[in-house]
Parts: sequence; structure tokens; C-alpha cells
Amino acid sequence: MAPRTMFEKIWDEHVVYSEEGKQTILYIDLHLVHEVTSPQAFEGLRLAGRKVRRPERTLATVDHNVPTTDRALPIADPISKKQLDTLRENCEEFGVKLYDLHHRKQGIVHVIGPELGRTQPGMTIVCGDSHTSTHGAFGALAFGIGTSEVEHVMATQTLLQNKPKTFEARFEGSLPNGVTAKDLVLYFIGQITTSGGTGYCIEYTGEAIRNMTMEERMTVCNMTIEGGARAGMIAPDQTTFDYLEGREFAPQDFEAAVERWKQLPSDPGAKYDRVEVYQAKDVIPQVSWGTNPGQVMPISEKIVDPAQIEDPVIRKAAESALSYMDLKPGTPICEVPVDRVFIGSCTNGRIADLREVAKVVQGYHVSPSVNAMIVPGSGQVKRQAEEEGLDKIFQQAGFEWREAGCSMCLGMNPDILTPGQRCASTSNRNFEGRQGKGGRTHLVSPAMAAAAAVTGRFVDVREWEYK
Amino acid sequence: MRAFQKHTGLVVAMDRSNVDTDQIIPKQFLKRIERTGFGQFLFYDWRFLDDGSTPNPDFELNQPEAKGVSILLAKENFGSGSSREHAPWALDDYGFRVLIARSFADIFFNNCFKNSILPLVYDAKTIDDLFERAEKYPGYQLTADLVNKVLTDEHGLELPIEIEEFRRHCLLNGLDDIGLTLQRDAEISAYEAAHGIS
Repeated sequence: MAPRTMFEKIWDEHVVYSEEGKQTILYIDLHLVHEVTSPQAFEGLRLAGRKVRRPERTLATVDHNVPTTDRALPIADPISKKQLDTLRENCEEFGVKLYDLHHRKQGIVHVIGPELGRTQPGMTIVCGDSHTSTHGAFGALAFGIGTSEVEHVMATQTLLQNKPKTFEARFEGSLPNGVTAKDLVLYFIGQITTSGGTGYCIEYTGEAIRNMTMEERMTVCNMTIEGGARAGMIAPDQTTFDYLEGREFAPQDFEAAVERWKQLPSDPGAKYDRVEVYQAKDVIPQVSWGTNPGQVMPISEKIVDPAQIEDPVIRKAAESALSYMDLKPGTPICEVPVDRVFIGSCTNGRIADLREVAKVVQGYHVSPSVNAMIVPGSGQVKRQAEEEGLDKIFQQAGFEWREAGCSMCLGMNPDILTPGQRCASTSNRNFEGRQGKGGRTHLVSPAMAAAAAVTGRFVDVREWEYK
Repeated sequence: MRAFQKHTGLVVAMDRSNVDTDQIIPKQFLKRIERTGFGQFLFYDWRFLDDGSTPNPDFELNQPEAKGVSILLAKENFGSGSSREHAPWALDDYGFRVLIARSFADIFFNNCFKNSILPLVYDAKTIDDLFERAEKYPGYQLTADLVNKVLTDEHGLELPIEIEEFRRHCLLNGLDDIGLTLQRDAEISAYEAAHGIS
């Protein structure tokens, strides 16, 4: 057999039926469900008299819409409450396991899948959420789908799919000190643009990727959708196996599973449809300046001048973004003050992210001009942080310490920016109004967000004085 | 699903790239558990002033000539970001049947077909030509004829509609994906048996 990429191996393994001129029927190993994109799908099943074909391969939680304040209080918004209640009723009716609001292991769907050990190498994983690409960090084929497809997976445990093209993004060498996985992926999206990955499944390779922890790999794969790609993935290795071993849903015969997983990485000589090679040493801490995740810049530079941009479409987009963001061309980004700091999300709400933040803020206090909050990605992350005493460091430094959820990444719950507020955010999207109408989002790494909280403006965390 | 065979409609030109699904339908409207009624919230933050009810006079859809439009023309990467199918639901509920752009984001593109909306992709030059025509001819209309795979106007334009044959077949006949896949139930069961899934 010709050498195959990891993507091709996983794809081939999951083909249920294919026919020339039709979409392939692909088997889905794990279906993740949350409250926002599932009610209409469950309703569709009910109307057609269908069941969830594989409830044991379906896992639900509440994350997008949940309050992150005191969970003992009733939910203030009746429409939010209705959506949470609906998921509970649907899961009961269809026999789906739900990590509900008061469950110890509730959390953001892309945080709990891996931490429960449900996410495993070689799997096909889908969810009605674009950041499903996160799970590719384990060497899985994982991608976001719409609600019609959620219903399709529930009813058939399969999806109709066209085979994407393959794209190797290779990062040679090591990342410099103070430069993180978030910076690497923002840099990458800045290079390929938000539509550069459209039609591809991206595999990240190279020394900088190999050196990453699972949390860092999840950050990279999570943001892959922001480059437009269907999915991002990283070959499993000892780091992956060590992360999974002992987790609640890890395979019982773990050694046998590891032997299978070791067959997954791309074969030597496997051909990708596109290859891009980057030098990790070129990556500098990134800050987004615009209203899409491709509009990023190094912390050391000045805000772009649209007049210098030749392409009229890109120029117009830059002008519009700078107007919305209220930024002047030529301003050094490190002179821009922030009003809010949000640390959390499926991109950067894991324990390793919180440890990074604690290192930066230890011995410091949040600037009096800044309101800063930390929202752990899951109940388990929250408890782990508290066991390590991180919550004390955060609270002493003046951060709000919240319950788990998506929170101000998308502002579906009460955590939002007010018009005109500027936020350093560890989340994944800086779209207009994403964190609240008129709010201005700058995407950064957890360390950069922490430093901005302390100083009240963007600073180069490579020069941070750790206490 | 509603079948799509041929549609003639008024065109609105949105000279914007990277129109994300957060703009198409902002998050505060995703709490509803129904599929319908999202049209009133389409492009909400752009369409209305800060009071949430006064139409923004600068927004494309609020222009007098945009009344009754059903074909939307945009630049690159339309529908980027969130997978929310509420975006095509909102476009559909507002009355859009055809979207034309330089490119579409992957998940959004796919979601359109599940809702009988026809997304058409053309190169930059063709898109620029369509924008010029939309500006030049008052009440500019296009006809998307999926049966004959051609996009035309009343001023001599004739562009081929290039679309995957399987998707065209499903749109023309209003076929439900789940029904189609369940015709292969035996294959799914065989796959599960072969992989020890029971």
C-alpha cells in the first residue's frame, strides 16, 4: 500500500459506504452535544420517530449558556434556563449521558472530552460547535457540524462527507522563551489568513509541535478552524499516551490501545496536498488588532496602516476593523490600554493555562483600571487549580474566580463587554460584538493576558519580571 | 426539505469580506430552541442602531431598493466562524434563497445545503462584475436555474452553476439526508459488527 497520511488512515478506517459521485458515509466514534445546537436536532428525531442510534457514543454537557457566578442561585434568564432544561429533558428521553450544571465534571465540551479520556487517537469526533477541531490534538479526526448534521449523527451515527485535502504545517526548531502555543497558532493564521485553510485538514508537525504538552497541542488544534480548515491534527506520541493513561474512560487494555495508536502517524513519504514550513524562532508573542483572527501582529510592532496595503479587499477590511477597534495606524500595540481581561475558553481554559497565568501574576496586583476574570474550562480544572492554591494567587491579585463555562468567549451568558470596552482575551474570536455589542477583543496567550491585567496595557511577556 | 429548482430574485450587494456567523445571527438569539423565527434578528448588530429597533440607515439591507431581496452578493469567506446553523436559518427566514460569494467558510457552506439555500462560488473577476451590475442596474435581478445549471440576468449575463452533482440532486428533489443515509442501514450495521460496536 502507498504511504498514507494520518488523516487518510483515520478516514479509510471509518468509511461505511462510498460510491463514485456521492458523498462518503463516514462512521462517527464520538458525538459531543451541548445545549445551544442540539434542541432542534432532538426535536427532529422526535418528529420523525427516530432514536439516538448510539447513546453510549454520545456525551452531553452544558457550557455556552451557563452562569459562571454562584451555581446555588437560580438562573436569571428564563430563556437560558429553558435551553438548559430542554437539554436535560432530551438527554433523559434519548438516554444520553449528561454532565449537567451541578455535575462535578461539567465544563466546556472541548475541555471535558479529553479530561474524561473520551477523546482518543484514531477516532472520528464531531460536535455542533466549530471548535471541535480541538480534539485533533490527540490524533483524531475532529470537526464542527451544523444542527442538521447533529441530527444526522444522532439518527445514524454517521455523516455524509466529502474528503478534504491534506495540509502539513511544519514548525521547525523550538519556540523561544515566553512564546506559547497560542502565539504559534495566531502567527500561523496570520500567515494563511482566515480562509487559507478552507477545504483542508491540517496536520501540524515538527519539533516545536512535538515539544508541546497536550494542553498546548489542544490550543493549536482548537484555533485551526479560525484558519478556515475543516480539522487540525497532531500525531499521537508518548505525550499523548501519558496524558490519557489512567483517565476515567481510557481503554481498559491500555497497552493494546497504545500499540494500535502507534500505527496512526503518517507514513514516511506520505504526500500532502499542501506543505508549509515555518521556523518556530520567528514567532513573537502575538496580539490581534482587528476583527478576525487573521488580523494579528507581534507585540513588538505598530498598528498597521491600511494605506500601505495594496489589495483593495484587504485594505477595506483593515480600515473597517481599525475603525471598529478604535485604533490608530502607527500606534505601538504595547501602548494600547485595556479595560477588561478574560482568561478561559476552550482555547485556553485548561490547568496548564491557569498555571501560566499564576506564574505571571504571583506577587502582582491587577491594575486599578482593569476588571479581570478567570473562568476555568471545567469543574475538574477548577478543583485542580484550587488544590494547587492557584485560586488564592488569582484572588489576592484581584482577579474574579468563576465557575466553569464558555462565558465571555462568546458572551451568551451574562459575562459580556459593554460598548467600547477593550479586552485582552485568551479566547479564539475577535469578531465584532463577539464578547458583547461594541466590545473590542484582542486575542492573546494566557501569559500575555495576565501581564496586560497587571499593567493595564499590552506588554511583551518575554520581558516580564517574575516574582 | 424544500426543493430548489429555479429562483429569480432581487440582489443585495454587501461589499464585505469575512462576514462571520456572529454577524449573521448574534449569540443572544441562539437561546431559542426552535428552528424558525430567526429572520427578525438577521445581521442584528449591523441592521439596527444601539436601541435595537431603529434601522441603521447605512446598512445595506435597510436601503429602500433592498426591500424584498432574496439573493445576497458578498466578497470572500462568507459565513466564517461559528458552526451555528441559526445563520442559514436566519437568512432563509428573512427570505434569502441564493448566496453568491468569492468563497464560503466550510461549515456554513455545508449548512446552506441542509436548508435549501444555494451558495454559489465565482472567481474574483466574476464577483466584481456582478457587483458592478448590481450597482449599474436599478432593481437588479438574477435567476439561478439549477435544472439547467445556469445563472442569468436580464442584461446578457450567463454564468455556469458549478455544483457537486450529488448536492444538486438533493436540492432539486428536496431530499432529506437522514432518509438517504438510512437506505444504507445494512452497511452501517455491518460496519458496527465488523468493529465490535454493539
